[in-house]
Amino acid sequence: MQYDAVLYSRILTEMTLAFHILFATIGVGVPVFIALAQWMGLKHNDPHYLLLARRWTRGFTITVAVGVVTGTAIGLQLSLLWPSFMEQAGQLIALPLFMETFAFFFEAIFLGIYLYTWDRFKNPKTHLLLLIPVVIGSSLSAFFITAVNAFMNTPQGFEIVNGTIMNIEPLKAMFNPAVPTKVGHVLVSAYMTSAFILAALAAYHLLRGRQHVYYKKALRITLIPALVFSIATALVGDLSGKFLAEYQPEKLAAAEWHFETEGEAPLLLFGKLDEEQNVSGAIKIPFALSILAGNLPSTEVIGLNEFPADERPPLYVHYLFDVMVTLGMLLIVIALIYAVLSKWKPKKMYNKWLLRAVVLSAPMSLIAIEIGWIFAEVGRQPWILRGYLKTAEAATASPHVGTMLVAFGALYVLLGVGAVIVLRNMFKNNRAEDELAARGDSYVA
Amino acid sequence: MSLELLGISVLWIFLFGYLIVGSIDFGAGFFSLYSDWTGQKHILHKMIQRYLSPVWEVTNVFLVFFFVGIVGFFPKTAYYFGSALLVPASISIILLAIRGSYYAFGTYGSKENKVYSFIYGITGVLIPASLTTVLTISEGGFLAIDKSGVHLKLKELLTSPYSWSVVLVSLVSVLFISAAFLTYYARQAEDNKAEQLVRRYTLGWSIPSVAAGVLVFYALRSHNPEHFARMADVSWMFVASLVFFIAAITLFYKQRAYGVAFFAVVMQYFTAFLAYGISHYPYLLYPVLTIYDGFTNKTMAIYLVVAFIAGLLLLIPALYLLLKLFLFNRKYVKGME
Ligand code: HDD
Ligand code: HEM
Ligand code: HEM
Repeated sequence: MQYDAVLYSRILTEMTLAFHILFATIGVGVPVFIALAQWMGLKHNDPHYLLLARRWTRGFTITVAVGVVTGTAIGLQLSLLWPSFMEQAGQLIALPLFMETFAFFFEAIFLGIYLYTWDRFKNPKTHLLLLIPVVIGSSLSAFFITAVNAFMNTPQGFEIVNGTIMNIEPLKAMFNPAVPTKVGHVLVSAYMTSAFILAALAAYHLLRGRQHVYYKKALRITLIPALVFSIATALVGDLSGKFLAEYQPEKLAAAEWHFETEGEAPLLLFGKLDEEQNVSGAIKIPFALSILAGNLPSTEVIGLNEFPADERPPLYVHYLFDVMVTLGMLLIVIALIYAVLSKWKPKKMYNKWLLRAVVLSAPMSLIAIEIGWIFAEVGRQPWILRGYLKTAEAATASPHVGTMLVAFGALYVLLGVGAVIVLRNMFKNNRAEDELAARGDSYVA
Repeated sequence: MSLELLGISVLWIFLFGYLIVGSIDFGAGFFSLYSDWTGQKHILHKMIQRYLSPVWEVTNVFLVFFFVGIVGFFPKTAYYFGSALLVPASISIILLAIRGSYYAFGTYGSKENKVYSFIYGITGVLIPASLTTVLTISEGGFLAIDKSGVHLKLKELLTSPYSWSVVLVSLVSVLFISAAFLTYYARQAEDNKAEQLVRRYTLGWSIPSVAAGVLVFYALRSHNPEHFARMADVSWMFVASLVFFIAAITLFYKQRAYGVAFFAVVMQYFTAFLAYGISHYPYLLYPVLTIYDGFTNKTMAIYLVVAFIAGLLLLIPALYLLLKLFLFNRKYVKGME
């Protein structure tokens, strides 16, 4: 293959972000559930919830470590691979990037304290309080970095006069129109994904025949919030669609293979596209696209043909959007079945099929995160800064990107495999039941 | 004070912070490995773990803070350094990533693992060596700048006596700073055996750290005479640095007041690094980029400064809490909690 610095830079950026985002999502969501478990444990004086909090924390230290080092990598890579972009965008968007490091700092300090102060305070509630800055810090860092990404989609807060950037308004740039839906969707989907991951761990043990009430409590404390957050994710996702219709119509049009501007537009799920923009084999939901875009069947949705051919995103994003939405719906259904059974048919609540589905919910939500990001980022192409700077013009000219691609690929394999092995060993040889018994718990399943 | 100067001063302080906390961390990793080789692991390992475990993530944020900050205040550095440093910076990132994650894997995950501690120790000396290339390059002469962009002259870098002298000084300093801190920490922990061991390391690396510093001077004189001449203008600061060094070594030698002794080591580096920074001014990159032409727009600069002050108000109490709970808490340091 011919050496292509732009292509390789894109692949390397994608690879690092795709790897980082898994750990970042866990980093944002899991502290919330640790806090929830610890709070329940203290409130009801229940050793099961307290142990849950402890064990989740132990696993969390590993994912945080990988999140931190890959985050450091992406932070530097932005300057290494996209020097012109950072040089120009840096003047506009440095504020949230800079504030993000404060959020990390804050989070890192309190996480360090939290990890090493179990049993150290006279009042155990003090220890729980330490999680508040951790939760705030990680959610704020998600807020700031997502604001940067939102800016790339809807840049504002500056003017270009004779090729130079003028009249910069940092706050206007930071609070750009994409921020509310983007930040909202990213945050709730992170909480949701973390809930499903933790639920899947409990469901896995129940499936393997462990009957301890510890696992049942774990399932309950994760799946009920999972239901709430997955519905919230879909609702904010719907708002994101309305945002796109107004501010980035080409992304929505590409996601929906919607070529001509019209009202009463149907929503297409999957299907195939030929050269003449004809769609075959798709599931057609009448009016749904118009409703997604503006709540009314009559809403006019801008079509892709309004945009010059070289400013249209690749059309395969259609499948990404569909898979994300399908996964989102399935996940709601899984959490809903659990909730309904637990209320009306508690005997059936631990049936094998439901537990299997819950185990699957972890990979499903992680895939939805990955695919959602790829959709959002590829849907912005060919722009790196929509309307101002194209991706191809922003990459480094270095001849060594290919080598670095290989090196980082190896790094992520090493980190991924290492994390999985360490996490497995950590819990395989140290079962929750044994740990509870050692702490004097007398429950017998 | 101009905004440019304020910006660079802030970043400089964080870089110095990273220099100290990073050195402690990197050196500790190496000593831990070395003590394993010499069969003295049982003496050192536990103490090092107790210090490092709660703070490694915080150490890393110092670095992140610096590079995000410099791109924020001086976006042009992203262009020059970013274009040129792809390979060396990527090597640093990969080493940092392996080190950080395998440290966590080893500490929280499995019991004892030779591979983990080897990686942890060896990256401790490789990372400072690779990170300091940034400072080396900032002296100029290692970049080819033309229409197609900025390129690193790798051969010049690898064959320059100056560049190797900087690598040497960074390695020796890391070991010296780290040993000095650990000596202080061991006494806090009332761990006499460990104290004697790391005290020997401190004294052993003390003279080399000054000798390497002198070597850098000589190498710089031929590499960048302009910068060298400016350094000579602030030579009194280097004298001050030497005085701090002598004070520190005397105290370590007499086994007295290790807290003061470590503080003197910090001041030794503070004065030397400050003199280096002042004489480097106003250049970010000799001779093409100064802090004035690389600066961001004024509006953004003001916002960044405000954000920085607000951030500090949040961070300083938090850092104080961390230090109070772990570093200055006798019970914790001694391993009773
Ligand atoms: C668990 C993950 C997950 C799930 C189940 C969903 N999403 Fe999503 N979606 C994301 C995770 C995500 C994301 C990874 O967080 C993205 C990528 C970029 C962003 O802002 O959020 C995203 C982007 C994204 C965008 C593009 C926003 C933009 O580019 O500004 C839209 C329109 C939707 N989503 C809509 C939906 C709808 C209607 C869903 C229905 C259920 C849905 N998403 C489920
Ligand atoms: C964290 C979640 C994110 C993920 C998973 C992600 C993923 C991606 C993907 C898949 C692309 C590739 C587009 C293509 O193939 O054409 C891309 C592009 C890009 N993204 Fe994002 N992105 C994320 C957030 C961000 C943020 C917050 C920034 C900036 C601060 C950013 C900077 C970039 C840049 C510079 C590109 C252009 C390179 C390219 O086209 O591949 N991304 N991103
Ligand atoms: C281009 C995009 C991104 C950059 C430059 C970036 C940068 C970083 C950096 C430098 C760190 C390490 C901080 C430290 O040393 O403590 C980090 C970790 C982290 N990042 Fe990212 N990040 C990006 C994308 C994201 C996104 C989209 C999210 C949130 C959804 C996110 C959430 C986090 C979190 C929560 C951590 C802390 C580690 C953890 O708790 O797991 N990052 N990131």
